[in-house]
Amino acid sequence: MNLEIERLDNGETKILKVNGEVDVYTAPQLKEALVPLTKQEGAKVIVDLENVTYMDSTGLGVFIGALKSTKEYNSEMRLVSMHDRVRRLFEITGLDSIMNIDTTVRGGK
Amino acid sequence: MESFDFIEMKVPAKPEYVGVVRLSISGIASRMGFSYEEIEDLKIAISEAMSNATTHAYDEKDDGEITIGFGLYANRLEIMVADRGGSFDLEEVKAEIGPYENKHSVEELREGGFGLFLIEALMDKVEIKNDYGVIVLMTKYLHENEVDINDDQISTTP
Repeated sequence: MNLEIERLDNGETKILKVNGEVDVYTAPQLKEALVPLTKQEGAKVIVDLENVTYMDSTGLGVFIGALKSTKEYNSEMRLVSMHDRVRRLFEITGLDSIMNIDTTVRGGK
Repeated sequence: MESFDFIEMKVPAKPEYVGVVRLSISGIASRMGFSYEEIEDLKIAISEAMSNATTHAYDEKDDGEITIGFGLYANRLEIMVADRGGSFDLEEVKAEIGPYENKHSVEELREGGFGLFLIEALMDKVEIKNDYGVIVLMTKYLHENEVDINDDQISTTP
């Protein structure tokens, strides 16, 4: 029921690896880690959701906030490796059409 | 009269208890024979209802409680989530829900407001009462015809 966030930067690219459940309790933690990265002018941010086992609209809200911030600061955000269950939320809400979501299937896992 | 089992829980209206209730519904729904996918839907729906309730109670006072009732019927699960916090403007909330459409710009996107929309998308029936606090009543049906009669035997085999 908890959330752990790791920073795994690769050169200029800021990578956030999110592990656990994103809900009303943990979403503020994700927001705190993610939004400041998108406020760096021209930054490239990758959010790795492979280990996110649960997410609801509170998580969607964080990504919407971060997306707005990328427009403001000319930065980029890409969501990668999300589970089908999590992707379904983006599809139901129509957010998949405006978010940069990596649709490649991870091999071997 | 239709017989059913009833389970009631009361938790403090604090965000940290939403995950606890999620675990509970997972157990109840699994006990009833819902599929993995359906259980995931139920977890999201109940969390959305509770997120709304915790946010409300927070605004009013932070020592509120949320009452959750589970009605376990032969063909369906009924879930009630009630907070005694202040009521909100239901029409306003309803006007805000719905999927994102491409015609809006990113700047117009709202960070909240998907909660009720998701509940309606994931459950079979949803009713919201807004008289004394907010009560969300939602139903999900068991699709028994898809369940094989041997499922019981299989599930009890170690």
